[in-house]
Amino acid sequence: MTDKKSGTIPLTDLSRHFAEVVPALKPKEAIDEANRCLYCYDAPCIKACPTGIDIPSFIQKIATGNLYGSAKTIMDANPVGASCSRVCPTSELCEGACVLNGEAASQPIMIGRLQRHATDWAITNRVSLFTAPPETEKINNKVAIIGAGPAGLSAARELACLGHEVTVYEAKPKGGGLNTYGIVSFRLPQEIPLWEVEQVESLGVQFRYGVRVGEDITAQELIDTYDSVVLAVGMSSVPMLGIPGEELDGVLDAIAFVEDTKTKPLSDALLGKTVAVIGAGNTAIDAATCSKRLGAAQVQMLYRRTDKEMTAYDFEYEFAKQDGVEFRWLVAPKRIIGENGRVIAIELTRMELGEPDHKGRKSPVPIPGSEYTIPVDYVIKAIGQKRHTQLLEAFDIAHHHGIPVLSENSYRTSHPKVFAAGDFIFGGGKTDAMVVDAAQQGKRVAHEIHAVTSKKER
Amino acid sequence: MADLRINLAGITSPNPFWLASAPPTNSGYQVQRAFEAGWGGAVWKTLGDPIMNVSSRYAALHLGSQRVLGLNNIELITDRPLEVNLREIEETKKRFPNHTIIGSLMMEPNREKWHELVKATEAAGVDGLELNFGCPHGMAERGMGSAVGQQPDMVRQQTEWVKEVAQTPVIVKLTPNITDIRFTARAARQGGADAVSMINTINSLIGVDLDAWLPIPHVDGKGAHGGYCGPAVKPIALNMVAECARDPLVGIPISGIGGISTWKDAVEFLLMGASGVQVCTAAMHHGFRIVEDMIDGLNNYLDQKGIASVQDIVGKAVHTYSDWGNLNLNYKVAARVNEEICINCNKCYIACEDTSHQSIDLVTSTLSGKTVPVVREDDCVGCNLCSIVCPVEGAITMVEIPTDEASLTWNQRQAKN
Repeated sequence: MTDKKSGTIPLTDLSRHFAEVVPALKPKEAIDEANRCLYCYDAPCIKACPTGIDIPSFIQKIATGNLYGSAKTIMDANPVGASCSRVCPTSELCEGACVLNGEAASQPIMIGRLQRHATDWAITNRVSLFTAPPETEKINNKVAIIGAGPAGLSAARELACLGHEVTVYEAKPKGGGLNTYGIVSFRLPQEIPLWEVEQVESLGVQFRYGVRVGEDITAQELIDTYDSVVLAVGMSSVPMLGIPGEELDGVLDAIAFVEDTKTKPLSDALLGKTVAVIGAGNTAIDAATCSKRLGAAQVQMLYRRTDKEMTAYDFEYEFAKQDGVEFRWLVAPKRIIGENGRVIAIELTRMELGEPDHKGRKSPVPIPGSEYTIPVDYVIKAIGQKRHTQLLEAFDIAHHHGIPVLSENSYRTSHPKVFAAGDFIFGGGKTDAMVVDAAQQGKRVAHEIHAVTSKKER
Repeated sequence: MADLRINLAGITSPNPFWLASAPPTNSGYQVQRAFEAGWGGAVWKTLGDPIMNVSSRYAALHLGSQRVLGLNNIELITDRPLEVNLREIEETKKRFPNHTIIGSLMMEPNREKWHELVKATEAAGVDGLELNFGCPHGMAERGMGSAVGQQPDMVRQQTEWVKEVAQTPVIVKLTPNITDIRFTARAARQGGADAVSMINTINSLIGVDLDAWLPIPHVDGKGAHGGYCGPAVKPIALNMVAECARDPLVGIPISGIGGISTWKDAVEFLLMGASGVQVCTAAMHHGFRIVEDMIDGLNNYLDQKGIASVQDIVGKAVHTYSDWGNLNLNYKVAARVNEEICINCNKCYIACEDTSHQSIDLVTSTLSGKTVPVVREDDCVGCNLCSIVCPVEGAITMVEIPTDEASLTWNQRQAKN
């Protein structure tokens, strides 16, 4: 993406570098690829999809020209299926499970891109895929969903289709959560999650935007007003590094940094600058590639472990390398050095890997006396996200280090009316914090609430 | 390099690949281009009394991403003046004296008019004649083409008329739009035909426009049945060739036609009794150049088998084609899955379970831990369906299961009782 000769991007081209990178399949490509699908019985791709999309079926529908049916098959199983077609780590999920990976076979089917083909059709043709049941079949159950991200939207869509009266509270001015605000535009343009929000809105779900629970409405009001409450607020801002210099101008939160590229005119502040990104997860990669695409001359990702331990996916790693991002393994920031209140450098300590931690990842150990300093103009923190602990406490929910305690095989919290899903409950290293997992949890919460309600009525 | 020359009822040709009488052989320009590309012969687009054609003529059957599995047309015989065609035949024959040019003829059932057409065509220097008793559309409504080919008496009579004056070998081209093609083939022989060719096209309607609710193709809002050809008709054609080849009452050489697209198809027709083959749809789909691989592939096949001449394979499989009543009831094959090659798509399982004989289990493999299809050999009837739907070559083989019982056919069993 950079000019090969100078290594920099002309300012006039910045917006171009935030256009979606992966092209849509051309119509003939899509048909040919769809026809290549074997239409397996009991297909492994279905089992590999956390939302259990009937993949052979939606691909078959593309092949027969039934794009409406195809999009509906996808979105029925996954209410954020259009976003997932772009952000899912398909090589680790459906495409990784495709039988055509084998020695005797060829190449796996491009399931993600076919899924995008079908959902793009639905978006372009402005079709409504779902309808709420008629008034006579509505269920007398009011549900408040806190957070309009993948988990919240998914729960809302499912509950609305089951006839519940659903209100979604969202702190941001728009729905979609991280899909709208947190995943870089060149992987997921905003209009995709916003269309998914529209699909849910069209079912009669009420959305209250710009409402922050605990500030604009209290937890108690929600508990008193609704029969069930679903907490799907995701995670919070990036935590402090806990090192000197963090208050300097030029020290940024990766989540907020990416959000700015999706909500404001692209800034030329990074043009020709040197950027250090702390961390090597999905958001760190997004922050690094965004920096490059905003014109940074040099972007270095600093990670205290190695490429083997980093949580970014292989395809993200490859993508970042192609964008010209540099990786520095086994280094940890010790302090950020400023001048006149602005970042000018960062001091690093070299690390070595010690014993594995409780997740099995080797713990980095500082090497004494290995400190060195590199000049940087910006430091972007991407070392994970804080928890919404205050919210948990407002609802008086039992939690463990900010992760709500749930009943066995359930999404019910310690409060009988309150359920939780999505990144909000992510933790303990059980799964990845994938959009598609959040979507599935939203569905399951909805069905759990529905089951409880149905029992109550009987 | 094997000898690819053929001799079909006295008509010699540098190789067995002829273009069938159809749009590709409409003009001298086209036939000469075809000969330059390597085609051994061409059956000129059917000559006859002047006709008029309609606009919007062809339509095709596509399946998945595969184009032109079948082709349908409502084009009639040549719409160019007879003298133009004859002049071009003469020119072409002069330029390509060793290539085969067959004059395809169609005429109303009138002895004198047939005589005139035969004489005029032979005067242009053709190597043989092919009587078009096969075209099923348009001309058949006027009592020609398949209207003749559906009535053995008319086939015999009009063949006789032609043979009264013909100096070159006469091939009778038959329609498949008939209950049993052997009856018209026998009639052709009785009429003195030197050879038969088959099949002409099959009555067909390719499709209906889902939005306009019109037949495909349509001519100003109306459609009519066309003639169907292409790869989809190959099995029908191959059976008809084989049935005639094994019928002693037919007993004359056969020019095989119908969906031949590759050298492999050609070898199958030759093995089942055709002395040569005619091709149309494959050329219409890809151009004349496809003959290069037909010739090359056939030659390599023969060389690899150590066969000196293509004529040595003609009819070599005919004796293996018989009636159902002569098949051994005690022969048994069963499917066997090669777990190492199997990619676990489970198509065999569901095909057997839903639509065949419920003889495959999905079992967790002790080898790989994966769920793999395993055939219960005792229950397997040897229907082949699993191996047919299997997408990976070699993953399922049909294995002969030795039985202690002696061969017994239905006919033998009935004769005993």
